[in-house]
Amino acid sequence: MSTTTTPPPGVSAQDLARLAEHWAERPTLRGWFSTVDHKKIGRRYLVTAGFFFVLAGLSALVMRTQLARPEAGVVSPQEYNQLFSMHGTAMIFLFATPMLFGFGNFLVPLMIGARDMAFPRLNAFGYWVFLFAGLFMWASLPFGAAPNNGWFAYAPLSEEQHNPGLHMDVYALGLLFLGISTTAASINFIVTALKLRAPGMSLNRVPLFVWAIVATAFMVIFALPALNADNAMLFLDRRFGTHFFDPSAGGNVLLWQHLFWIFGHPDVYIIVMPALGIVSAVLPAFTRRGVVGYPLIVLSIVSISIISFGVWVHHMFATGLPQLSYSFFSAASTIITIPSGIQIFAWLATMLLGRLVLRVPLLYVIGFVVTFVLGGFTGAMFAVTAFDQQVTDSYFVVAHFHYVLIGGAVFPMLAGIYYWLPKITGRMYHERLGRWAFWLVFAGMHVTFFPMHLYGLFGMPRRVYTYRSEPGWDGWNLVSTVGSYLLAVGLLLVLVGVVHALRRGRPAPPDPWEGDSLEWTTASPPEPYNFPVQPRVHSLHPAWDERTADSVGAGATADRILSDGRRTLITSELDAHPERAVQMPESTLMPLVLAGALLIFFTSMLLAWYPVAAVAALAVVATIAVWLWPPRRPDEELGVAR
Amino acid sequence: MSDHGGVVAAATGAEALSTELPVGRSAGWWGMVMFVATEATLFACLLGSYFYLRFQYGPTWPPDGIETPELLTPLVMTAVLLPSSLPVVWAERGIRQGQRWRLRSGLAATIVLGVTFLALEAAEYAETLKRFTMTTDVYGSLFYLITGFHGLHVLVGLTMLGWLLAASLRDGSFGSHRHERVRNAAIYWHFVDLVWVAILFTVYLSPRL
Repeated sequence: MSTTTTPPPGVSAQDLARLAEHWAERPTLRGWFSTVDHKKIGRRYLVTAGFFFVLAGLSALVMRTQLARPEAGVVSPQEYNQLFSMHGTAMIFLFATPMLFGFGNFLVPLMIGARDMAFPRLNAFGYWVFLFAGLFMWASLPFGAAPNNGWFAYAPLSEEQHNPGLHMDVYALGLLFLGISTTAASINFIVTALKLRAPGMSLNRVPLFVWAIVATAFMVIFALPALNADNAMLFLDRRFGTHFFDPSAGGNVLLWQHLFWIFGHPDVYIIVMPALGIVSAVLPAFTRRGVVGYPLIVLSIVSISIISFGVWVHHMFATGLPQLSYSFFSAASTIITIPSGIQIFAWLATMLLGRLVLRVPLLYVIGFVVTFVLGGFTGAMFAVTAFDQQVTDSYFVVAHFHYVLIGGAVFPMLAGIYYWLPKITGRMYHERLGRWAFWLVFAGMHVTFFPMHLYGLFGMPRRVYTYRSEPGWDGWNLVSTVGSYLLAVGLLLVLVGVVHALRRGRPAPPDPWEGDSLEWTTASPPEPYNFPVQPRVHSLHPAWDERTADSVGAGATADRILSDGRRTLITSELDAHPERAVQMPESTLMPLVLAGALLIFFTSMLLAWYPVAAVAALAVVATIAVWLWPPRRPDEELGVAR
Repeated sequence: MSDHGGVVAAATGAEALSTELPVGRSAGWWGMVMFVATEATLFACLLGSYFYLRFQYGPTWPPDGIETPELLTPLVMTAVLLPSSLPVVWAERGIRQGQRWRLRSGLAATIVLGVTFLALEAAEYAETLKRFTMTTDVYGSLFYLITGFHGLHVLVGLTMLGWLLAASLRDGSFGSHRHERVRNAAIYWHFVDLVWVAILFTVYLSPRL
């Protein structure tokens, strides 16, 4: 448990006892299901997303085994189709975003000096929906009914007449279901970051990780509806005979691609942006200085999140659209490399000007810079239409996006896992084990994916379940397969490291890294109320700042202790002037019940049990009505005119 | 009450705060505005799909065999739905001053208008379904998806307002210090109301242009 035994100066023992009483959740089974604590929910997001990562990774291992030599028969073509579709869909939707949202859930309130998220119950609801939607999609695999159309599910192949069975219904409904969770979490992040920041944390003092999460959340708000509309139309086409993507009745197959990529390109940044935020959060502790060019990085985050909505057609350079639109989107895709470049140079300058502390998290950051820059380099090549048309649908594309996503998202996540493990679990990890894991992961990643550039250029198409020996791809494919096993061993060592830390790790002090942001001023792991005193923030690096430290020590005031209730401060959006303290909700089973009703709704829609679906929809409405029913209060408190 | 911190604690204690008038935008307001933003984007995607499919289809729209939509019913529907925001505004202003009767009667008026809108939409469907359905061709698919999806939103809005009305009939729900739920439902209703204008233009007026 906590390593803090003496109360910090400024807070009395009675205050701490009252805080503990108001924020405690009972350690019962019911308490486990009804928790609304953002730290527990964040941990669950991390573990669940990690579990889906393992499933999607094992799918990839089966595929690499199949492709190790020509004309192998490990899986059938139909199984292979489902494996690569579930691999992509799960990695993008069930692993990358939820994993980063898990970091966000755990860290955002801690980094801004708040005691929970703005809507704790909505937060719990988002987690349960994510879990159920993930299980809903994975459960289709043992039945041989998993999505089999690639992660972007192009029409017309995804239409009923070309792809019968439940496969693409699982895809459409599963993503609609999951979308509820992603949208809820995004709204929660935005409102939390706008209203719950500790007094004094004006926008120019907000940690870069929080900026990144908020920009991501805004992208979700405006990008995800395109995917939802797309999937709703796909489901209607398949199940109820509409014609949105059916050219024989006036529909258009390219509508699917347009809507998909209007979502899909921002989604690349939805995945990478928070990961870049992790990099910006990890660097100060291991370079012993703030990240160079804070305002420039903030401006790049904001401009990337806007420009990312204007580049979607670069995924469609091979679809025969007008030349003029190619030129426009080619230019936009080139422009977006500028803010990305600014961030890279800012991190390089930070490392150059700082004093490097070469621990595992920094190793991953360096691995990230190397890998992500290589992925970005091939990305800039795709912005050139002529080149793109040559290599589209080849393994060159597969190499590119694995460099971007493993380099740009997985490496920062691993850096984050090692960096925040002491805060999350209260235990330190084993440094040597961590280094071994890093080098295996780094080497495995490059051995797997670098050859894909080559055999992509040699003409090997993606998504083929096997190939013949004549084109001469055998050797390189074998190298990739060996690399993928290496990568798997490395990732296994990461898991071993985490379990080892939990079981045998030495207890972590509150601030093992001397980090700069507020989470390091709390206990490891933090108390349920996070901060005995909500700090008054005086700088961009509050944990390195005497005045902020004083505000939770000798300078603590009762309006920031708020021990008489389960309360946190609401502040103004731009300058974080204190507005008032608000009561935070208690734990409840409602989020779980609501998510369960939704699971029944989507399952019965999938199986075409429409009466059951109707009952489940009514249950959803009834649950929300009960959940939000206003408590009865006396007239004096309400303020009623007589 | 705590005696710790003396005066400050008294000024920030639960009772003092609950009677204090709100300062700035609340978390709930931001949450609802963000929700409406994402919903509005969804409608934008649907209407964008309408225009995309229309202009990809060719010169005749609606496709052969389907007449351009009648205007009388949708214009009456507009005349019913647009003013329906006014009673909600009036009700919300009323409860801000603690006047429950205004909340109750304003909500009831809006619900009547909203239900009228849905009834008119059902009557219109009864007419159009004789001519084309959502499986006839892509025009039918778009027509029923967009108007049906909006109708569903009206139904959700009406459920919210009906729920508020039920809560407000009981004493002890809303007052001048506690009306956040009323305001949030009102924001949603205004959105459902305004987005209809875009649908009127896209589905009913634009084929005549």
